[in-house]
Amino acid sequence: MPLLAIGPAPLELNALVAELGEQDGAAGAIVTFLGLVRRHNVGRRVRYLEYEAFEPLALKAFARIAGEMQERWPGARLALHHRVGRLETGEASVAIAVATAHRGEAYAGCRYAIERVKQIAPIWKREFFDGGDVWIEGATADPEDARARAEAERVACA
Amino acid sequence: MRVTVRLFARLRDIAGATELTREIAAGATIRSVWQQLAGEYPELGPYERSISSAVNADYARMDQVLREGDEVAFLPPVSGGDDDQRRTR
Repeated sequence: MPLLAIGPAPLELNALVAELGEQDGAAGAIVTFLGLVRRHNVGRRVRYLEYEAFEPLALKAFARIAGEMQERWPGARLALHHRVGRLETGEASVAIAVATAHRGEAYAGCRYAIERVKQIAPIWKREFFDGGDVWIEGATADPEDARARAEAERVACA
Repeated sequence: MRVTVRLFARLRDIAGATELTREIAAGATIRSVWQQLAGEYPELGPYERSISSAVNADYARMDQVLREGDEVAFLPPVSGGDDDQRRTR
C-alpha cells in the first residue's frame, strides 16, 4: 500500500504506521486519526453511508495536503487512506498517520490533514437513515482558497 | 469539438448519467459547458455558485478554455472525511 490511497478496502491504522517506516529513529512522534461512521446524525438514525470519490483527483488532493504540511512543518510525513463504497456504522472512513520529530507538530499536522481533506478532497457521502437518504454537501472545493487553508491551520494549531 | 463531461454525487443523480459527451464551439470555457448542462437539467442551476470543476483530473477555473477531447468534471460541495457540521438537501 502506498502512503496515500483511496479505495474500497477496510482501513488498517497499523498498516499506515508501518508504511511511514519510522524505524530508524528519525521521528520522535506519530499521531494517528481514525474517522468513524456515527450511528446518529442531526437526530437521524443512520443505517449506513455510501462514499463516492473522483479517485485520481482525490489522490492529487492528498499529495497536495502532504506538500502543504511540508511547508508548514518541514520534515512531517503523512500517510492517509480514505475508503469508498458502502460503510456500516462503526466502520472507519478515513485513517491518517503523521510522523514528525516532536509530538506538537504531529498532533497539529494530523488535525490539519483531516481538515484539509474535508475542504479539498473530491469525496462525497450519501447518508441512508431510517426514513430516507440524503447527499451530504459540505465545502466548495477550492485548493487555491488561502482563507480555507489558513482556517485549517488555525484549527490545527489551536 | 467534443468533450466528455463527468458528474458526481447529486449532480450525477440529477442528470441520470455519470458521463456525457457534448459538442462545444472552439474557445468554449468550462462555464459554457456548465450553462449548457444547466439548460438541459434545470435542477443543476442552484449549484452554479457552489460547484468546483476539473479538467483531465486537475482542478480548473470555470473560465478555462477547453480543448478537443478534454474530460471536464463538475463537483458538488465535498463531504469526505468523518462527520460534518453543515448539510443541505
